[in-house]
Amino acid sequence: MDEMESGVVKKFMFINRKPPHGTVYALEVLEMVLISAAFDQDVHLAFIDDGVYQIKKGQAPAEIGCKNFSPTYRALDGYDIEKLYVEAEGLAERGLTEDDLLVPVEVLSRAELGKLMGEMDVILTA
Amino acid sequence: MAYTSKGASIEADEEGYLININEWNEELADQIAKDEGITMSTEHWEVVNFLREYYAEYQIAPAVRVLTKAIAKKMGPDKGSNKYLYELFPYGPGKQACKIAGLPKPTGCV
Amino acid sequence: MTMLHTVNKSPFERNNLDSCLGHAQPGDAILLIEDAVYAAMGGTNIAGKIADAAKTFRLHVLGPDLKARGCDPANLVAGVTVVDYGGFVELAAQNKAVNAWL
Repeated sequence: MDEMESGVVKKFMFINRKPPHGTVYALEVLEMVLISAAFDQDVHLAFIDDGVYQIKKGQAPAEIGCKNFSPTYRALDGYDIEKLYVEAEGLAERGLTEDDLLVPVEVLSRAELGKLMGEMDVILTA
Repeated sequence: MAYTSKGASIEADEEGYLININEWNEELADQIAKDEGITMSTEHWEVVNFLREYYAEYQIAPAVRVLTKAIAKKMGPDKGSNKYLYELFPYGPGKQACKIAGLPKPTGCV
Repeated sequence: MTMLHTVNKSPFERNNLDSCLGHAQPGDAILLIEDAVYAAMGGTNIAGKIADAAKTFRLHVLGPDLKARGCDPANLVAGVTVVDYGGFVELAAQNKAVNAWL
C-alpha cells in the first residue's frame, strides 16, 4: 500500500488459465482486476490454456445458475485496462480464432508471452 | 431487509441493495430515494437510467471514476463531473444512485 | 532478473507444469510442491522432459512434500535438487517475483 500511495507504478499481470463457470477463479480474478484499476498500476491481463474460454463469445450460463460475467470483460476498457493478451497456441489448440473472442485482444505466441511475463513485478496466476 | 412495492415484497440486503435486479420498478426507485433523503428529479433519473443501461451492457455497477467518465462521454463534461454527481447524490453516486437503480453495490466500493 | 515459479499439481492430472515450462525464461527457478513433486521422480514417462527442463531452469522440489508421499529423494530425476522450507523462503527472496501456477 505504501508504495502504491507514494506513486510507484508496478507491472502487474493477472494470468487466467481456467475456464469460466466450472470454478469461481475466473470471476474472482476479474473482480480483482476491476479493483486493481483503482490503484493506477500498470495492469496486464493474459488468457492462456483454458483461460481463453473466459472471453469466448456467446456464453449464457443462466440455466446452470451462474452469473454471466463475460460482458464485464468489455467494461475493462472504461477502467483503463487495455493490455489484454491471448496466447495463440491456447486458441489454436481449442479450435478458436480471434473472431470467437468478445473483446479486443493482442494475440501473442507462447514464447512472446513468456518473455512478457518475465518483465512483470507481480504475477497472479489462477 | 425488504421493500414493499406495488403490493409485492422485494428482498434487499442489509444495506438496502436489491437482491434481484429484475424486481426493480420506478415506484420502488422513488421509495428507495426517499429513504436516502433524495427527491427524484429529471437529473436524478438521467443518472439512474444511465446506470441501468450500463449494468444491462456490462453486468456490473461501475466504479465512480468510471461512471463519471462514461457520463462525461455521453452527456458532456458538466454532468460528467464529481461535483455534479455528488450534488445529486451526496453520499456518493456509486452508493446511492446504484441502490436507487436496483443495482448491486459497485465492486470495490466499501 | 529471474522469477520463482511454483507448481503444485500432479503432471499426470493437470497441465500446470507444462504451462509453466512453456512460459518460464531460461535461468528461472521452478519449485515443485504438493502433488507436483511426483513430476520430479525418476522412471516416469515424463522423466526425460524433466531432465531436459533441469538443464534450462533451476529445478527444485520441496523435501517435506516428497517425504509425505513416500517419494525417495535418492530417486529424483538428475538435475533436480531438494530444498526445505527455509530453502523455499530463500528462493522467494532471491527472485524478482513469484508466479504460483495453480
